[in-house]
Amino acid sequence: MARPRPPLVDCDIHNELAPGSLRPYLPRRWQEYDETYGNRGDGGSSYPKGAPRAARTDAWPPSGLPAGGDLDFMREQLLDAYDVRYGILNCLSKANRQQNPEYAAALCRAVNEWQVQEWLEKEPRLRAGITVPYEEPALAAEEIDRAAAHPGFVQVLLLVRTDEPLGRRRYWPIYEAAVRNGLPVGVHFGGGRANPLTGSGWPSYYIEDHTAMAQAFQAQLVSLVLEGVFERFPDLKVVLIEGGFGWVPSVMWRMDKHWARLRDEVPHLTRKPSEYVREHVWFTTQPIEEPPDPRQLLTVFEHMGGTDRILFSTDYPHWDFDDPDRAIKARLDPETRARIFGGNAMALYGLNA
Amino acid sequence: MTQIAAPGRYARPEQWPDVDLVDTDVHITPRSLDALLPHLPARWRDYIRESGVTGLESDLYPPGSPLSAIPGSRPAGGPPGSDPDLLRTQLLDAWGTRFAITHCIYGVDGIHNPDWAVAMARAVNDWQLAEWLSGEPRLRGSIVVAAQDPQRAADEIDRVGHLPEFVQVLMPVRARMPLGNRAFWPIYEAAARHGLAIGVYAGGAGGNPITPVGAPSYYLEEYVLLAQAFQAQLVSLVSEGVLVRFPELRIVLIEAGFTWLPPLMWRFDKNWKGLRREIPWVDRLPSEIVRESVRLTAQPLDEPDDPRQLLEVVEALGSDRMLMFSTDYPHRQFDDPVRSAPIGLSTDAMTRFLGGTALETYRLNGE
Repeated sequence: MARPRPPLVDCDIHNELAPGSLRPYLPRRWQEYDETYGNRGDGGSSYPKGAPRAARTDAWPPSGLPAGGDLDFMREQLLDAYDVRYGILNCLSKANRQQNPEYAAALCRAVNEWQVQEWLEKEPRLRAGITVPYEEPALAAEEIDRAAAHPGFVQVLLLVRTDEPLGRRRYWPIYEAAVRNGLPVGVHFGGGRANPLTGSGWPSYYIEDHTAMAQAFQAQLVSLVLEGVFERFPDLKVVLIEGGFGWVPSVMWRMDKHWARLRDEVPHLTRKPSEYVREHVWFTTQPIEEPPDPRQLLTVFEHMGGTDRILFSTDYPHWDFDDPDRAIKARLDPETRARIFGGNAMALYGLNA
Repeated sequence: MTQIAAPGRYARPEQWPDVDLVDTDVHITPRSLDALLPHLPARWRDYIRESGVTGLESDLYPPGSPLSAIPGSRPAGGPPGSDPDLLRTQLLDAWGTRFAITHCIYGVDGIHNPDWAVAMARAVNDWQLAEWLSGEPRLRGSIVVAAQDPQRAADEIDRVGHLPEFVQVLMPVRARMPLGNRAFWPIYEAAARHGLAIGVYAGGAGGNPITPVGAPSYYLEEYVLLAQAFQAQLVSLVSEGVLVRFPELRIVLIEAGFTWLPPLMWRFDKNWKGLRREIPWVDRLPSEIVRESVRLTAQPLDEPDDPRQLLEVVEALGSDRMLMFSTDYPHRQFDDPVRSAPIGLSTDAMTRFLGGTALETYRLNGE
């Protein structure tokens, strides 16, 4: 007999839009704009993924909808198969980074309405992040205030590759709105518009794009802490989604070390940088780092100061899906396992056990 | 601000084993632009004078920042690191240094005019030879090249690379393209031809924000995030196949920190398993290639309070032949010299750390 498993919360699931999904949720003006000009986001730079839509080959539903686009198939392949108690949807559309700010805002609103009607109202195990036009923080704050009324929304969703570091003041209205509505801010893998992926421009390959995403997360963490965002918003909680966490001790040590020498420059900080990280920041697991000796993961947890900020995630339906039964190869004690696989997420997002 | 502790006199700690010490990160700089003028052709001397150029110092180390200089390292009439006699007494004699690997990061990489950049690189190399390397047998230099123009950079390596005074070619962590890019391969080929290491140093060109999410507000952020620029370069050098094509080449990451490397290798290996068909020339785990080809200078250690945790990170590197002792002179990275090395290394590992690995990497054993 298998031992009873603790409740599983999957903190990173992708519900995918199909062509035409948003049409019923867009005002006529923006439907027409959509048909005439359409998506203008990334300026054409691209890294073809290892698979169509970066999806597992077995995740394409028989209905013909895109992988992640069919709720029944998601139930069968993920929610029922792994007995998921709660799943957090992070809808990855291009809505949030359109160059035309009003179009971005209209698209984000449509994405959120579509999430309510097609996902949250239909499946009680699902929760979602509010998609916002984050490069237009005032519009983003409006959408947060509007959408947060639905109890299915449990966080605000940003993408990690922003135009400016997230600690900068222009983004503060987003944090203010998130705190006002009692929502954590989730920052997910992806995005990108203005800045090359490295300090030396664009690399050649998708493997570099995917590996270097962790550096974008590191830059955002450093920015949020050193700009004093957590001093200004003591109730703010940030979730870094799909950025890994093996690097967290290194960034905390490095920030502390150089802050000790250069703290005159950032007098708005009243504590060591690592203390803000420990208190305000959560990390999802996928794609979990796989050290040659699985026990090294336990060492990372120890260096992070514990496992109370670690949230299990699968990234369904993407190719680099982490299987709940196999992803963490290190032996976890039952309490730690329960925390990582569900307890931490239920406490963070206010979900009933 | 932090004070120098009494036992922390800037000198080699007495408890260290009596083995060769190689300091792999020592910064030297001209007293001023004038010092380079005798090494420049008339055309560029005129250009500099007519344009009102007064200096090309890197802005990575603001002169007043507490990180930029250890006490007593500023000679009369010049910036820290500009006086060979002071460097001898404050660093080489005090630490009993067998060899010190020097870098001059004068602003060649920021110059947009490629002809001027090539002339400046050449002048910096001739100045290093004349003012520093010829007169002090403990110093070994790094060839400065204009990476803007890889072919002429390779020519410069061929011009001076055979001289025993040079052991390395410098490339900037902030370049115009990621360093693995094939455009740079003539540089790597020339370095390999002369048995020189490639040293990637903190600094370089502007143009792209240092982070993938734009330019940070504070100097503290920028310095902390230099580590991410190094990570991207390491990923590029491996992914593009430089280290497979030039297996003898050693890449030294200078002043990059290293505690980030184990988790990067874990992530990179995992991605390689899923995506290796995209880069079929990378024929084994990225971490294997990194362990074989990449070396790191130790400062800044970015150490946690508990020395045992640092030791755990050093172990997670999976090799005791990657880290090399450095002071980062004249920059102020530590106050207590005992803390300039990980505490608790075995005698063998400490011997390699203090000098053995550097003697191999820079082929200094025949000296």
